[in-house]
Amino acid sequence: MAAIEIAGLARHYGERAALDGVSLDLDAGQTLAVLGPNGAGKSTLLRVLGTLLRPHRGTVRVLGRSLPEHAYAVRGRIGFVGHDALLYRELSGQENLLFYARLYGVGPERVRELIETVGLGPRAGDPVRTLSRGMVQRLAVCRAVLHRPELLLLDEPLAHLDPAALELVAPLIGPPTGCTRVLTSHDPARALEEADLVLALRGGRVILLDRPGILDAAGVRELYR
Amino acid sequence: MSAPGPTAAGPSTASVVFALLRKELRVELRTLESVPAMSLLAVTTFVLFHFGLNRGRVDGDLAAGVLWVTLLFASMLAINRLFVADLEQGGFDGFLLAPVSRSALLLAKAAALGVYLVALELVAVPAFALLLLGPSIGGALPGLVASLALADLGIAAVGTLVAALAVRTRARDLIGPLVALPLLIPVLLSGARLSAPLLAGGGPGPLAGRWLATLALYDLVFGLIAYAVFDFLLED
Repeated sequence: MAAIEIAGLARHYGERAALDGVSLDLDAGQTLAVLGPNGAGKSTLLRVLGTLLRPHRGTVRVLGRSLPEHAYAVRGRIGFVGHDALLYRELSGQENLLFYARLYGVGPERVRELIETVGLGPRAGDPVRTLSRGMVQRLAVCRAVLHRPELLLLDEPLAHLDPAALELVAPLIGPPTGCTRVLTSHDPARALEEADLVLALRGGRVILLDRPGILDAAGVRELYR
Repeated sequence: MSAPGPTAAGPSTASVVFALLRKELRVELRTLESVPAMSLLAVTTFVLFHFGLNRGRVDGDLAAGVLWVTLLFASMLAINRLFVADLEQGGFDGFLLAPVSRSALLLAKAAALGVYLVALELVAVPAFALLLLGPSIGGALPGLVASLALADLGIAAVGTLVAALAVRTRARDLIGPLVALPLLIPVLLSGARLSAPLLAGGGPGPLAGRWLATLALYDLVFGLIAYAVFDFLLED
């Protein structure tokens, strides 16, 4: 069963096309790696799939529901890690997660469990503005998976994480979760390792949609030119 | 992780409003960005009127006008900042990603703005009585409290609507007052007409029922408008 079905998707910012004629299908439980240089449209694609942006043309179905008409029905099934942590700086990590837990109807025990999982127990009561970027990123991952989503939209989810932190968050957003995943990464090799399908964008257009095995190191470099 | 979360249907609107309001007040208590600024502006304005009018005491129409204009200008500070933390720290996206009714944000923000207005009035009204008001405020208090409560409802509805409209614009500090102040003229008019007899020199007169009804009608109409259009303001 397809978790994501996109046909002829276009999205503009003013006159500029951020996405233009993007089409793809992704089966449930699979991982899609989205590659491309800065400004290729990767983040825009994730924001459209996350219901934060409306498509201007084409059709988008996520978890069997078409967007934007049925956005409400899929929101509770999506976990989103974006460039911003979506955390209030003056609140502590625990307060932020408890706040989001209430929006998703999740109990406080899940918050405690996640904070311990990512090793932030001793700093859970500190304001987010006092935490390192890596710690904030760990909290952002916790926020995204609070409600045990079926679809993970991961925009550079491992940014600012040191090797120890990478190990801590891997069980939450990595392949073992069994979730359908769409991810962008500043580390294409790692993204390709985990991917079942790779999508390369340039100027909002699809320049490659295939199995990751067809790409060698030179091919990856070519995608970022 | 592959099973749907227990919350796919989403929590109740009441619990979401409560969570949003609690977060809002907690952030304000930590940052003290709105209420102290509003209170300081109001007190400073009263001091300026004290010297600018070249009279130590005012009453009646003049007292009502000074009080309501000052409160309206002070409320602009909170309206301008109402969504700023959400926009700058990603709370907007965090909320939009959640499976909850958009109206919950309207209700929570309006409630928070209402709390800020009450806090402002707790400082501003005694300061006004101390610095400018000729007659004693004691007898006028019940009527004044009723007028302020009704006015706060209208300011909270219109303020939240305008703040949501203005926050995504580059000139939000200008757009907010520019749109909100004309919309709030009926509040100023009704509030001042209601308060003038209460603050009259010969002792407080009765509350004018038609101005109370005007304020109540204003609250109802703008409450419904805000409820109807708020979702569209949050859309991309």
